[in-house]
Amino acid sequence: MTRHIVARTTEIPPGGNKVVDIAGRDIVVFHVNGEFFALLNRCPHEGAPLEKAACVARLTSPEPGIYQRSRVGEMLRCPWHGWEFDMRNGQSWFDPKRVKIRSYPVAVERGDELQKGPYVAETFPVHVEDSYVIVEV
Amino acid sequence: MSEIIDRPLHDDEKPAASRLRIVDCDVHPSLHSTDDLNEFLPKRWQQHLREYGSHLRTPYLFTTPYPRSSPLIARRDAWPPTGGPPGSDLAFMQKQHLDPLDVEFGILQVLDLFIFSQQNLEFGAAIQRAINDWQLAFWSHRDPRLKASILVGQDGIDLAIAEIERCAKIGEYIQINVSPRANEPLGRRRYWPIYERAQALDLPLGIHVGGYGGHAPTGGGWPSYYVEEHQSNAHTIAAQLASLVIEGVLERFPKLKIVFIEGGFGWIPSAVWRMDQHFARFRSEVPHLKRKPSEYVREHFWFTTQPIDEPDEARHLRSLIEWVGIDRLLFSSDYPHWDFDDPRFAIKTPLTEAERKKIFSTNARAVYKF
Ligand code: FES
Repeated sequence: MTRHIVARTTEIPPGGNKVVDIAGRDIVVFHVNGEFFALLNRCPHEGAPLEKAACVARLTSPEPGIYQRSRVGEMLRCPWHGWEFDMRNGQSWFDPKRVKIRSYPVAVERGDELQKGPYVAETFPVHVEDSYVIVEV
Repeated sequence: MSEIIDRPLHDDEKPAASRLRIVDCDVHPSLHSTDDLNEFLPKRWQQHLREYGSHLRTPYLFTTPYPRSSPLIARRDAWPPTGGPPGSDLAFMQKQHLDPLDVEFGILQVLDLFIFSQQNLEFGAAIQRAINDWQLAFWSHRDPRLKASILVGQDGIDLAIAEIERCAKIGEYIQINVSPRANEPLGRRRYWPIYERAQALDLPLGIHVGGYGGHAPTGGGWPSYYVEEHQSNAHTIAAQLASLVIEGVLERFPKLKIVFIEGGFGWIPSAVWRMDQHFARFRSEVPHLKRKPSEYVREHFWFTTQPIDEPDEARHLRSLIEWVGIDRLLFSSDYPHWDFDDPRFAIKTPLTEAERKKIFSTNARAVYKF
């Protein structure tokens, strides 16, 4: 696994995402409630671009008429046929064992730590005062 | 059914690198707004549209009886950056769909205004005529890959025939489209003049699912949910297939070609097996049929692929395709709707190169004479 600096934390607004190319892989990095998640930008069903997915909540209903929303913004709904996935680990909601999106470890680190390296995207200008999103591929 | 596509794309999966140029038999263009039609619609009907809207047998104006899965039933990524509804911007359609997926020909299927379901037949005919002109002016003439269909409402049969004749003179249309949900089943004699013209002009009859006629969408009554209503597309097409075959349309018009669009094809084998079985037993009830129903189906009907069935075992899809017949299937994407099929990944069972070529290109080229 190699660590790649993919963005400044301020670059991806909450609820937004950024698509990056890492070693020929199209990877999408989401920002949800202060956390970052990286997934392959391709739905395992027919390959829809997940950067266009709806970031939705988990909705459960213990009985008719009662609904509970949780994990707001952490579930992805594919922009085409609407399959739903957990952004944290890429697992599908309906068949978590068999159907999942490849997910990648993400870290957030401060510029002064990063300058010690080793990182792949050396051309990415790193400033001590900023924080950065790191994806391991 | 699925795997993690956890790898860089193969060359032939990359946009515009598919070596096979495809024919997409179901592409939906949209009006930006009904104003697009003004140049093709007489003042009287413009005013009518403005003041009264559509005459549909549905409970709400400008919407459908069932909440659909996504706004305008569209892919979330298909809204043009320039504004307007999905399918309304040619440049965006070219960039997102036609160019990267190497679409050699795309057949336009217009669903705007539910034009087949208009109850005011004169108004319906005026809109159909306007849409037929709009398809050429806004689409085919701007991108010759996109092919237009002659849309007519079969319940106003004289109006329909007049429109077919008018469009046939223009000579650029590649099929005649009628509704699967008219007042009576499609095999009834009142509709035969359309089939007579289709055969004489050598234009296939295209029947795209959907719309709302005067009947419940299923034989069992009104569904409660969209997901339930969606099933009714296949029931409707199955009923129309039986009607066209059993009423003797193909005996009377032995050169007629019929394409069912967006009705799926998983139900066809059992429908055909059953018709053949009953034909063997009740042949004397329908002496006008000279051949087994399956023979008419194998000779006169084609079916578009989307929405394709996705059995858990890939080999089951393979059997299904063989039972229907590789020669009967025409690839369709349904762009830009939510249940769009990507030609690179949709058919989840192995096909030989020759088979792929048939489904994605040569079958359609033969039916439509491209
Ligand atoms: S491509 Fe994502 S659900 Fe079909």
